Amino acid sequence: MLFVAQRAPGLFVARRLPAICNLHFSIFNFQFPLMPEGIATTQPHAASHPALQHHFENMEQQREAGTLGMWVFLVTEIMFFGGMFLAYTLYRAQYPAAFVSASNHLDITLGAVNTGVLIVSSFTMAMAVWSTQVGRNRITIICLILTMILGATFLGIKAVEYKAKYDDQLIPGRLIPSRPFKPKVAEPGDTDKHKLHLIEGANVRNVELFYWIYFAMTGMHALHMIIGLGIMTVILNAAWRGKFSAEYHAPVEISGLYWHFVDIIWIFLFPLLYLLGRHLEHHG
Amino acid sequence: MSEHIVQPRIYIGIFLSLMVGTALTVLAAFYDFPGPLNAVVALTIAVIKATLVVLFFMHVRYSGRLVWLVIVAALLWLAIMFAITFSDYWTRTWLPPLLG
Repeated sequence: MLFVAQRAPGLFVARRLPAICNLHFSIFNFQFPLMPEGIATTQPHAASHPALQHHFENMEQQREAGTLGMWVFLVTEIMFFGGMFLAYTLYRAQYPAAFVSASNHLDITLGAVNTGVLIVSSFTMAMAVWSTQVGRNRITIICLILTMILGATFLGIKAVEYKAKYDDQLIPGRLIPSRPFKPKVAEPGDTDKHKLHLIEGANVRNVELFYWIYFAMTGMHALHMIIGLGIMTVILNAAWRGKFSAEYHAPVEISGLYWHFVDIIWIFLFPLLYLLGRHLEHHG
Repeated sequence: MSEHIVQPRIYIGIFLSLMVGTALTVLAAFYDFPGPLNAVVALTIAVIKATLVVLFFMHVRYSGRLVWLVIVAALLWLAIMFAITFSDYWTRTWLPPLLG
């Protein structure tokens, strides 16, 4: 379509196409400077915002293109995590008893608190976006700092949980060579919380499979949180230096999309990993 | 289309709904529903919470059609990935009886 457009004589029609088409033409203009100037619908106005890139017509178009691009990236993230959710669902269907036993060993209190922490951080992030949209930079800075503190809190609680799994020898395989997967299995009547309580039909090998999936999914999620904290550091630095205003705040908004996406992943991880099978907890 | 600014009171409402949803899903997990209903309840609450985040925190309710198209396409391909994989696992046990 673009090649046709490049050669078509009636290019002025293109001016009436939606913003995204203008974006494509502007890329051609940039790469083929010999093309007649007349078709350029994208020359920035003389009195435009300094943050406006030359290939966008106005700030509005630039912001919308950025948002769309971020969503396309988030789609790849959905497919990436989707593969792991698929693996989880398949093995949960094949080994339900082992998955219930393994899931019930997770700390539901810490998991629920962490869910709350992430939801509050999503709220402070949303408030950061709002405050930057209305040009109240001081509130933006406070909200970004709060978001980062909450994100770090989440990772801290996650580390406490990982440590408990390490102590109970539940790190799968030989991920930690000196401490391979070897949980103590509780006998009937034993209430030791550090031992694995297997319900009927559960097999320790399949419990290990659950922990592979648990560490893969929560580990990838934690990595996204760490990257999110890095992005927030950059955004906070820019906000601190007064880069954002009611006219230009796309970076805050786009980082917010990323942060909320990571929150959504946890919204699904929490019930799937921690909650399903809790009602069978004392049926061992 | 000019930018729609979501007001803080909407964010507060969504935030409170998400907290209530989290409490509900924890409580429901300990209740013994018949059959596979525990998973259905947990996933329904999770989908509602995620939808609230996408529509309001991520402004999709106020976004253009192109953003909607991208999201729907993602969900469609996710559904295709799940459907084709499950059709494989579901039908695997059919083969030995057929071969005798």
